Amino acid sequence: MDLHFGDSKPTDEERAAVDALLGPPESSWEGADRSDADLRWARGGREARDRRDLLLPGLHAINDRIGWISEGALGYLCRRLTVPPAEAYGVATFYAMFSVEPRPATVLHVCTDLACTAAGASALCAGVETGLGPGAHVERSPCLGLCERAPAALAIRAGDPVRTAVAAPATARTAVLAATSPDSAPEEPPAAMAVPQAGQDGLVLLKRIGVVDPSSLDDYRAHGGYTALRHAFGLGPAGVIREVTDSGLVGRGGAAFPTGRKWQATASQPDRPHYLVCNADESEPDTFKDRVLMEGDPYSLVEAMTIAAYAIGAHRGFVYLRGEYPRAARRLQHAVDQARARGFLGDDVLGQGFAFDVEIRRGAGAYICGEETALFNSIEGYRGEPRSKPPFPVEEGLFGKPTVENNVETLVNVLPILTMGAPAYAATGTERSTGPKLFCVSGSVARPGVYELPFGATLGELLQLAGVRENLRAVLLGGAAGGFVRPDELGIPLTFEGTREAGTTLGSGVVMAFDDTVPLPRLLLRIAQFFRDESCGQCVPCRVGTVRQEEALHRIVARTGADAAGDVALLREVGRAMRDASICGLGQTAWNAVESAIDRLGAYE
Amino acid sequence: MRKREPKTYTRLTRPLVRDSRNEPFRQAGWEEALDRAARGLERNRDAFGMFSCARATNEMNYVAQKFARVVMGTNNVDSCNRTCHAPSVAGLTAAFGSGGGTSSYEEIEHTDVIVMWGSNARFAHPIFFQHVLKGIRNGARMYAVDPRRTSTAEWAESWLGLNVGTDIPMAHAIGREIIHAGLANEAFVGRATTGFAEYKALVEPWTLSLAEKVTGVPARAIRELAHAYARAERAQLCWTLGITEHHNGTDNVRALINLSLLTGQVGRWGAGLQPLRGQNNVQGGGDMGAIPNRLPGFQDILDPDARLKFESVWDTVIQPHYGLNLTEMFEAMEEGTLKAVYCIGENPAQSEADSEQAVRRLSALDFLVVQDIFLTKTAELADVVLPATAGWAETEGTTTNSERRVQRVRRAVTPPGEAREDIDILCALAARLGHDWKYQDAEAVWNELRSVSPDHYGMTYDRLVEHQGIQWPCPSTERLEPTYLHGRLWETDPAKRGTPAPFGLVRHDPPVDLTDEEYPIRLTTGRRLDSYNTGVQSGGYASPLRRGEYIELCPEDAERYGVVVGEEVRVSSRRGAVVAPVWVDTALRPGLAFMTMHFPDEVDTNQLTIEANCPIAGTAEFKASAIRIEKLPVATIVR
Amino acid sequence: MTVTPLGIPRRLLEFTIDGQEARVPEGSTILDSCRAAGKDVPTLCEGDTLRPKNACRVCVVEVEGARTLVPACSRKAEPGMVVRTGGERVRHSRRIVLELLASSVDLSTTPRAAEWIKEYEAKPDRFGPDAARLDEEPRVDNDLYVRDYGKCILCYKCVDACGDQWQNSFAISVAGRGFDARIAVEHDAPLTDSACVYCGNCVEVCPTGALSFKSEFDMRAAGTWDESRQTETTTVCAYCGVGCNLTLHVQDNEIVKVTSPHDNPVTHGNLCIKGRFGYQHVQNRG
Repeated sequence: MDLHFGDSKPTDEERAAVDALLGPPESSWEGADRSDADLRWARGGREARDRRDLLLPGLHAINDRIGWISEGALGYLCRRLTVPPAEAYGVATFYAMFSVEPRPATVLHVCTDLACTAAGASALCAGVETGLGPGAHVERSPCLGLCERAPAALAIRAGDPVRTAVAAPATARTAVLAATSPDSAPEEPPAAMAVPQAGQDGLVLLKRIGVVDPSSLDDYRAHGGYTALRHAFGLGPAGVIREVTDSGLVGRGGAAFPTGRKWQATASQPDRPHYLVCNADESEPDTFKDRVLMEGDPYSLVEAMTIAAYAIGAHRGFVYLRGEYPRAARRLQHAVDQARARGFLGDDVLGQGFAFDVEIRRGAGAYICGEETALFNSIEGYRGEPRSKPPFPVEEGLFGKPTVENNVETLVNVLPILTMGAPAYAATGTERSTGPKLFCVSGSVARPGVYELPFGATLGELLQLAGVRENLRAVLLGGAAGGFVRPDELGIPLTFEGTREAGTTLGSGVVMAFDDTVPLPRLLLRIAQFFRDESCGQCVPCRVGTVRQEEALHRIVARTGADAAGDVALLREVGRAMRDASICGLGQTAWNAVESAIDRLGAYE
Repeated sequence: MRKREPKTYTRLTRPLVRDSRNEPFRQAGWEEALDRAARGLERNRDAFGMFSCARATNEMNYVAQKFARVVMGTNNVDSCNRTCHAPSVAGLTAAFGSGGGTSSYEEIEHTDVIVMWGSNARFAHPIFFQHVLKGIRNGARMYAVDPRRTSTAEWAESWLGLNVGTDIPMAHAIGREIIHAGLANEAFVGRATTGFAEYKALVEPWTLSLAEKVTGVPARAIRELAHAYARAERAQLCWTLGITEHHNGTDNVRALINLSLLTGQVGRWGAGLQPLRGQNNVQGGGDMGAIPNRLPGFQDILDPDARLKFESVWDTVIQPHYGLNLTEMFEAMEEGTLKAVYCIGENPAQSEADSEQAVRRLSALDFLVVQDIFLTKTAELADVVLPATAGWAETEGTTTNSERRVQRVRRAVTPPGEAREDIDILCALAARLGHDWKYQDAEAVWNELRSVSPDHYGMTYDRLVEHQGIQWPCPSTERLEPTYLHGRLWETDPAKRGTPAPFGLVRHDPPVDLTDEEYPIRLTTGRRLDSYNTGVQSGGYASPLRRGEYIELCPEDAERYGVVVGEEVRVSSRRGAVVAPVWVDTALRPGLAFMTMHFPDEVDTNQLTIEANCPIAGTAEFKASAIRIEKLPVATIVR
Repeated sequence: MTVTPLGIPRRLLEFTIDGQEARVPEGSTILDSCRAAGKDVPTLCEGDTLRPKNACRVCVVEVEGARTLVPACSRKAEPGMVVRTGGERVRHSRRIVLELLASSVDLSTTPRAAEWIKEYEAKPDRFGPDAARLDEEPRVDNDLYVRDYGKCILCYKCVDACGDQWQNSFAISVAGRGFDARIAVEHDAPLTDSACVYCGNCVEVCPTGALSFKSEFDMRAAGTWDESRQTETTTVCAYCGVGCNLTLHVQDNEIVKVTSPHDNPVTHGNLCIKGRFGYQHVQNRG
């Protein structure tokens, strides 16, 4: 491609960061010194253009080493990958964790989302800003997925290697310490601390959390690991799909699509290759169950992905992991490396002649990339904008090929299905919502964390388990894209059909309790800000609608009754158009929580 | 960027005349100017040459060649096709009997392998290149053969940076490799070609390693291209002036055509040969007979039947021999056998190689009449200057593009002052010289052409509108022919197959202007994206990309000569010297420099180029001069 | 040997638009079918030479059984589909989309915008005087065309035309996110520091006048731009031999703008810098 590069040159450090990822450049056309051979013969074309998917890892490499992405660095990366600089700039500016302006090497992300705000995030921000000098940059962040330890802060210090530290629950002092000396910050508590039920009998998905050594493949195997894969090879791909179909498993990401049908649809596509993508971009505010699974039991995801890939005929799998989860990334990468070293991944898994490997791709701060097709674009090195459906991923997914995308929780459910058999699995839960379900409970409860209950337990039972406090005012189900219910609705069964019948949603399993001190209009405004910030901007209803929604909520933050009625009507009209006419789930659900607060909680009355 | 004061041209609005060349022009009425022009031509009836215009309409070219042949009784008619693509026409005609590109733009979108040889279409033919890009996006693999790694080459799977003027060794080595690898299309070679045995013997010495030595390109790269081209189910071979602007341009063209014959990559949908024309109607000008050896419709002057047809329609006698081409006309000026020129819309004073010589020859003419929209450098030498209309915006008619598509040209604006249409002027002159031609409009001219050219017969103006242009051949008003030529070569019936295509037995002959210690750098020339030819038209708009003329060097040479971007240097060849600022381009390699013709009023590049002409087509070797670079005693930086 | 490929004949499929049977070739979009049936569906981001982006959502229609409305421009017709192009639900979304756009972007040079706003009874002022707008100053950084992003609806057509669908120069992209997203060259530099080759193919597809030729921009500023006095004449470019068709827009005997027919087999509506802008020489009339 005849790309145009400006005059800016990369520094040695920037060049080294890119070369560490891509290897040294092969010719002067890619950035090496000019040689006689280069001036007589140059390769390019298809092969050169086919490396676009390394753009996001390349941007991470620069950002991790330097802390921001300069013109020279971006130009060098583009030259290496044959990517137009304007497009790479468009990609770099899409993600909140990247900066194309100079900034200090250390960035402290302070969560200001619902749970953390309730736990004093505003004061924390003020505290760290006075406590930290100009040597660090404070970034107000959407949910960091550390809600059980709110308020939370994540420090990232660029360098070789990049250092990260978490302070949660954070005080201004511990957050500043994490930012100023990430290496000496105290180790995060083990994942099991987020699982109040850890070690209890009867757990299915969480049974190994706190029990198994997350770094040890052997320990994983000693606790039942890799028996499911063994069964899978015995059943054959069609048999695996039959088990998963019969188990009644549906996707846990919120859409509740039958997993077996998705696998079958992909497996039967004649177009090759097939891909498996694990959606670990757990960005729904107040959701952290996938993080806990990956930190506490990473091999289970690797095994589950291997089974899924075997069933659908995929030989390459990707985990798209949110950028704000450094510990999960380390644990999972270690697990993948170990599995590969021991023949559980690679050209010949378990000697069965099946080839499969897993690559971890890090997100970089974009809620929208949790949308399945936006995630594909992100992996492919494009802006994380959703695609229109149809075509659906099972036909044209990652790299335009048939793809199964499942989230972490969905995938790990495959293990018990194959160890206990579909009928036994389906006996758990209700007829239409089978199996166990993870819930992320936070807010006004004594024991926030991830809970596992069979489908069919009521909201009240779950809140009881978590030690709900007095004076409950509202419960938010499903996160920012979900809806509020009242304290008198605790009998709602926590199933897909039960919540639907009650006019709300289970979403990703968020259950957030608010007592009567909560400033509801402020809360709604924060949710609206979240959607405004996270809208990709592609379609008009969402791009402008989320702004108009926020503006209206801002106007009525201190108004009620007739003073608010006009704006409430306007919110309804805009909300309806967002729901009806947006491209993807983000815009379609951006008005859900506000609507439910107005209709069920009587906000602004 | 450096401060430039580019020359801009203002439209001619009234005829200009003068009594002698050392006087300034004075404005005159049309009557006087036409009378003077008629007198000047009349007295040189037997020593006349017509420079017709590859920029004007088909209709104008038809009338201009008719003027030469009927009014002046000579076949001395030619145009600037001579400076660019005459070798393509000559080479294609020798192989296939017809001088057009064999494929269509759409076909390249659906081909498997594209070879861009000596063509920076990304700059010189941007919209054609969009079709190439469609092909690439559809999965085609593109190979670029060019001394420079141009923007075109940057899109290639593989770029082969050969030495200037080593195209025949490259082509022959590819041919030999195809034969030795068993990849020749034996069915096609046996059925549709002649001379294969001789060709095989001819290319046998051109091993990959010898070719590497001569071309400078690694043997592996040549081999890869050979295999890709031969193995493709469909392949397109495109070239531009990198092939033709050599002293052996026609041989170069034939060496490329040989590859298509060897592999059967011609005469099928998606497989063919595509020379890209440099000017809006260079194809049509030749089709209309504004060349010395062909009557309209590409009919051979030596064919008595063809002559007879035209003689009866035109009521005249046509000279039964070829006329002089542009190059030969210039030589005849030198010899004094050509004394009057009617130059329409061309600027040979700046576009010819060795421009100093061209100016001298034009100045020595007894009579020069120039018909143009501007007072060009050539017009400044004239006795009479006739203000014309702009062919593309002020005139009705048609032009023919590189894929042989005849398309309608329309009048959108009213011409300035007293400017008149070319055909109108030609007819007025013809009348003064005893031929009273009556054409009601351009369509009437076109219909006369249709009546004498079977290839154009089916193209009524109405049909041209209906189909957004029609490609020749179009012998019927009822149907359209396939978009590619020479499908006949694939016929199983020998009668339908017709004359087989001969392999061209051409030999390598290095550039005439050799590099040596005194002139160590090879200068090659080409186009930039936003400029065009001698810049008379393109100078009129404010391109943000334009920076004027530079001598472009590779970074290593700039360092060797101790010069920096913007520094003015003296550039000398064996013919002349110019001063030009330096630009550094990584697409070049040591010993290779690049300039354009776009700014002759700033830097007259053609003072450096050599008038070493292709003996068959007459095209000069613009692509290969030997130069040296000298730092000026006092460094001037112009940026 | 290969003959001219005609392709496999396309099958026809049947479905219902507003209660009427429609028969269209497989692969047709709902919009194609609506247009074939003579129905006027508003569109902004749709382009006849570009793949549907379905970003503006002004063309949404109702498909029976679909949870949300669907964009007519990109959704392919399916056998048995039941489509409704009118009705309260469709009109509501179109009205809100028009209100959202008109309240945030200057639509004064968007053809038909005013007509649609009236037709759908949109009231862009309802979001109040403090409603966020793009409010960008026109960027005049070269002599050929102007970028006025205060008029940009972010339809992506310029990006697609500059990118892999036609020009493959990739000079521009969408940068930033959400309401702050803008069309930009790398590092938001002026065009003159970018990969732009000034083909103007982005201007050709811009539906709002956010991109305009300098000639038009200047004449509008001077109040002399008057399309009712303009003629459009299609001719052939005077530069290289490719033979691009140019449509000359002439006002008072001056060429004021050059476009190309979108259905032309040579150009498909695209030109290069010379064809698009290199006309000035004919009107240097002294």
